[in-house]
Amino acid sequence: MTRLSVLLATFFLFTFPAFAGFDETINQLTAPIASAVGSFVFFKIPVLGAQLPLVVLWLVIGAVFFTFYMGFVNIGGFKHAIELVRGDYADPDSPGEVSHFQALATAVSGTVGIGNIGGVAVAVTIGGAGATFWLIVAGFLGMSTKFVECTLGVKYRTENPDGSVSGGPMYYMKKGFEERGMGGFGKFMGTFYAIGIFIGALGIGNMFQSNQAYVQLNTVAGGALDGLGWLVGLILAAVVFAVIVGGIKSIARVTEKIVPFMAIFYCVFAIIVILMNFASIPAAIGNIFAGAFTGAGVQGGAIGALIIGFQRAVFSNEAGIGSASIAHAAVRTPEPVTEGYVSLLEPFIDTIVICTITALVIGTSQVADPNFAGDATGVAMTSAAFERQISWFPLPLAFGALLFAFSTMISWSYYGLKGWTYLFGEGQLGQTIYKLVFCAFVAIGCMVQLGPILDISDALVFLICVPNILGLYFLAPIVRREMQSYKARLASGEIKRYKD
Amino acid sequence: MSNSVLVAVDGSEGGDRALRYASERAKLGGAKLIVTYVIEWSPYSFNTPEENAERHMRREQEIERATSGVVEPAASILAKEGIDHETVVRHGPPAATLIEIAEQHGVQQIVIGRRGQSGIKNLLFGSVAGNLVQTSPVPVVVVP
Repeated sequence: MTRLSVLLATFFLFTFPAFAGFDETINQLTAPIASAVGSFVFFKIPVLGAQLPLVVLWLVIGAVFFTFYMGFVNIGGFKHAIELVRGDYADPDSPGEVSHFQALATAVSGTVGIGNIGGVAVAVTIGGAGATFWLIVAGFLGMSTKFVECTLGVKYRTENPDGSVSGGPMYYMKKGFEERGMGGFGKFMGTFYAIGIFIGALGIGNMFQSNQAYVQLNTVAGGALDGLGWLVGLILAAVVFAVIVGGIKSIARVTEKIVPFMAIFYCVFAIIVILMNFASIPAAIGNIFAGAFTGAGVQGGAIGALIIGFQRAVFSNEAGIGSASIAHAAVRTPEPVTEGYVSLLEPFIDTIVICTITALVIGTSQVADPNFAGDATGVAMTSAAFERQISWFPLPLAFGALLFAFSTMISWSYYGLKGWTYLFGEGQLGQTIYKLVFCAFVAIGCMVQLGPILDISDALVFLICVPNILGLYFLAPIVRREMQSYKARLASGEIKRYKD
Repeated sequence: MSNSVLVAVDGSEGGDRALRYASERAKLGGAKLIVTYVIEWSPYSFNTPEENAERHMRREQEIERATSGVVEPAASILAKEGIDHETVVRHGPPAATLIEIAEQHGVQQIVIGRRGQSGIKNLLFGSVAGNLVQTSPVPVVVVP
């Protein structure tokens, strides 16, 4: 397999001149498709002078509903979530299974991606400082949505004949609705979701990631990679190919081990930059709150800022998309609701901590120098904010962005694959075809501009929120019952704590 | 107080030496041997989604391999020699898990083989025997 990838790479290198101008062609081809899909999914209604996409409203209402329906589990369950991750309740008689910590770490490294670095910059550019406030609110509410979907993911997972497990929205919809005597509807919803995630995986978890990784590399290289997006794309695609098709797991394993440290490294330096901008901190925080309610200078005012904040938050923490429940389904636990508790830490880490830190890096830089980034948006803007204070930081940031992008791509290739196998079975040929298509999109992501990529990624991802959240409404009573029974047994001491 | 000794095996030569040493002592003193295989594992490692999905299956395979490949052959040797014994296979961080099992069985002693790894490797990763000596609540015999 290694030889095959080398051969492929060589082949592409030799056909190199034929690709000149290729980026431009791909760009022209995808832009109209992207805008068509985008305007369909983001069908907008005018609200108080802002254009509110129905799908965003759908997500907000869902998150608010689950927060109330689960009795503010996002606050009440927080402490217990940490106890679970620490292993306080881990059964000492079954070590060696996937631990709560591992499930959380895997899901987090799937969600902590370019969205945390570049996506926040996009939010601030379009939605102003106020978007940050709504981003945090969305993260907070999203914790409840995650709780519901991850509990269901574990409860309705499927054990394959080979002993591995598959789970996620397609499975909970199929089985959950069957339990409620709506088998036909459940099957339809499961199929709809599976199609959505395997196509959506090509956007959020793929093109957007490779695109922004390329942009940051190019920024660091001082524009030396201009027009060479296809080359960077092919290299990235070759590495992804080596992992998911070639089965060279060592690359993925190394990445998974570096990513958490990169995330910590990123946060530490971000906090340093914020502190270096200390004079601007009060004004930056003031802007966030003022912008949230006045929406000054933002198209659509406060509502406009709210929309952007929510949109980018979901894009980053994936609450409501259902993807994390695929990752959490791997945990063997007699209490599915424990995975729900653990998963509510994801939007917290991803959005409330990391995204907020990024927003403050950008916000404080903007206060100090409104034109610090020039025309740059996305990851390039974040990079410029770091560079103002730490001149060498764009380089490690590029490395970090590349790793974040890579680990997110690996996770999403798995999510997409689960959608695929749900639809077409576990056949090897089909899986390989899917993986090849996935790799092709990694390359394409580097060839097109951010605008159309963002449109199409957003559209595909938000599309699967529709069936997922609809399913969650129907199945939420099951989760609530499980949660109440679990809490009662926790209080009575029936569920034992093994560590103090 | 039960007269029992925990002996750590892992299929390596060091483990075999520990087993030989422990069985000779057990024959002399009439002790019971707790033959233990700890499969190195940590709940705090970082995995890919695929590794997690396959974890249960891999765990069973690991236990099966340790049991049929190392622990059972050891047990059959002990049975032939008429030494009272019990077997344990468990996942976990090696030194801490050995201590846990030792406490559960109330053993008087732990016998473990030495890997004899180089200085730099020891410096980076430590050694199970070394950790055990530092933290064990019962005497530890390290068989060279």
